Amino acid sequence: MSATERAEGAAKTESSGPASRRGPIRWLPARLRAARMETRLARTLVLDVPGWSGHAPGQHVDVRLTAEDGYTAQRSYSVASPSAQDQVELTVQRVQGGEVSTYLTEIMLPGDQLEIRGPLGGWFQWTARIRGPVLLVGGGSGVVPLMAMLRERVRSDSSSPFRLIYSARTPDHIIYTSELHQMGQTHPDIQISRLYTRSGLPDDTREPGRLRIEDLPPPGNEITEGPSRVYVCGPTGFVEHAARLLVDRGYRSSDIRTERFGS
Amino acid sequence: MSVISRGFGGRGDNDDARIPPGQHETYDFPVLSAGPTPAVSREEWGLDVTDLDGAVTRWGWPDLMRAPSEEFTVDIHCVTTWSKLDTSWRGVRVRDVLGDLATEAEYALVRCYGGYTTNLPIGDLVDRDAWIAYEYEGDDLESAHGGPARLLVPHLYLWKSAKWINGIELHLDDEPGFWETLGYHEYGDPWLEQRYVGD
Ligand SMILES: Cc1cc2nc3c(=O)[nH]c(=O)nc-3n(C[C@H](O)[C@H](O)[C@H](O)COP(=O)(O)OP(=O)(O)OC[C@H]3O[C@@H](n4cnc5c(N)ncnc54)[C@H](O)[C@@H]3O)c2cc1C
Repeated sequence: MSATERAEGAAKTESSGPASRRGPIRWLPARLRAARMETRLARTLVLDVPGWSGHAPGQHVDVRLTAEDGYTAQRSYSVASPSAQDQVELTVQRVQGGEVSTYLTEIMLPGDQLEIRGPLGGWFQWTARIRGPVLLVGGGSGVVPLMAMLRERVRSDSSSPFRLIYSARTPDHIIYTSELHQMGQTHPDIQISRLYTRSGLPDDTREPGRLRIEDLPPPGNEITEGPSRVYVCGPTGFVEHAARLLVDRGYRSSDIRTERFGS
Repeated sequence: MSVISRGFGGRGDNDDARIPPGQHETYDFPVLSAGPTPAVSREEWGLDVTDLDGAVTRWGWPDLMRAPSEEFTVDIHCVTTWSKLDTSWRGVRVRDVLGDLATEAEYALVRCYGGYTTNLPIGDLVDRDAWIAYEYEGDDLESAHGGPARLLVPHLYLWKSAKWINGIELHLDDEPGFWETLGYHEYGDPWLEQRYVGD
């Protein structure tokens, strides 16, 4: 099946998003209810968004900040939480000199407001109705939409095996570290692998470094059912690299869905 | 009734009149694609132009190289909110590729390696600036950015500038493409912020 046919199928069966509605997707005011630091750079924002009607895991929102003088800045952020009414959680990793990520991670306080619009992105999403094993490959903050999928997998009655391959600079850069650890411990069908690009833990058997082909599980064949869907997310360089390795490993391009976060 | 984000000053660097509303300038070249980057060589590259009656004219790489090309500098705008100013390219005008084929057709459905499609009114391809581009900043166009050749329609959001182009089908009726089926706007004018369905 071509990507296009799959897209059309996806729009019919998977979309809880914009494709199924009429009229513009409105900007909704959102107020920060609570926030927590996940790492020294990444912060999770719990937003109250009256009128928010939920999303499919993997989708994102557009965030708009407006200054006193009317200046605005707009960026995209993946939803980290599973679907909920009137509430959205984002996890933002600060980038050096970043206009919006610095505000969201360092300046915004509970009670402060911004605007969001969504849910957006009808392609990079997973719902519990999709059967079959899933492979998630994330680099840095690219873990955020993958976490939404994992959380949905845990919360729903899905029994699809999930494997997360998460590449981060060092163990200190792992977002959601204890929740991921716990998911791996309590769900036999969820496997979490962490890879470090710069430096790892003393007893690691893997040399630190960029994602390698042997870090990826082989795709399935007629006898062993391998991942039927692969989601890859992170900075553009990471996604290009990981998607190429997956194709080299034998995965079909049409089974690989990607989300590139920018530079 | 605007919502102010307390404590947000911003860098205030979006005041260049060439930046459309809701966009910001980037100096990198980010990538938006639905899947892995297809690897297509210039030797195997081909572009099928399909007329209303189904007749196909195939352009190979040598045909593209023989067509009159031009260097041009344009601003590009991605729906994910980045804009890049003064990017320079080389390519062949779409109107020179379509020749006298497009006289009756109203719409084009553009096809790509990897299965991606996008739809545009023919007028945007032949009456406005639109190219099949194959060089970026003096070098061969990298595959991540659509090489060997991509469509470039700078007056629309960049998802309309299909990467890895391999076909242009002429139609009388509009047929939504890949992102358009997934909730993105059917036309995509950045100056009107036509990002999503209904904008
Ligand atoms: C669909 C989508 C979903 C996204 N989801 C998330 C998410 O869940 N969490 C998250 O933290 N981010 C996410 N991003 C990235 C986010 O939209 C912003 O690009 C990011 O926060 C930087 O914005 P900024 O205003 O802080 O930086 P800018 O002011 O735009 O850029 C400042 C500098 O940082 C560099 N830069 C920009 N982006 C990055 C980056 N990602 N990594 C390293 N350097 C960069 C730029 O080159 C520039 O030099 C997502 C992007 C997309 C397209």
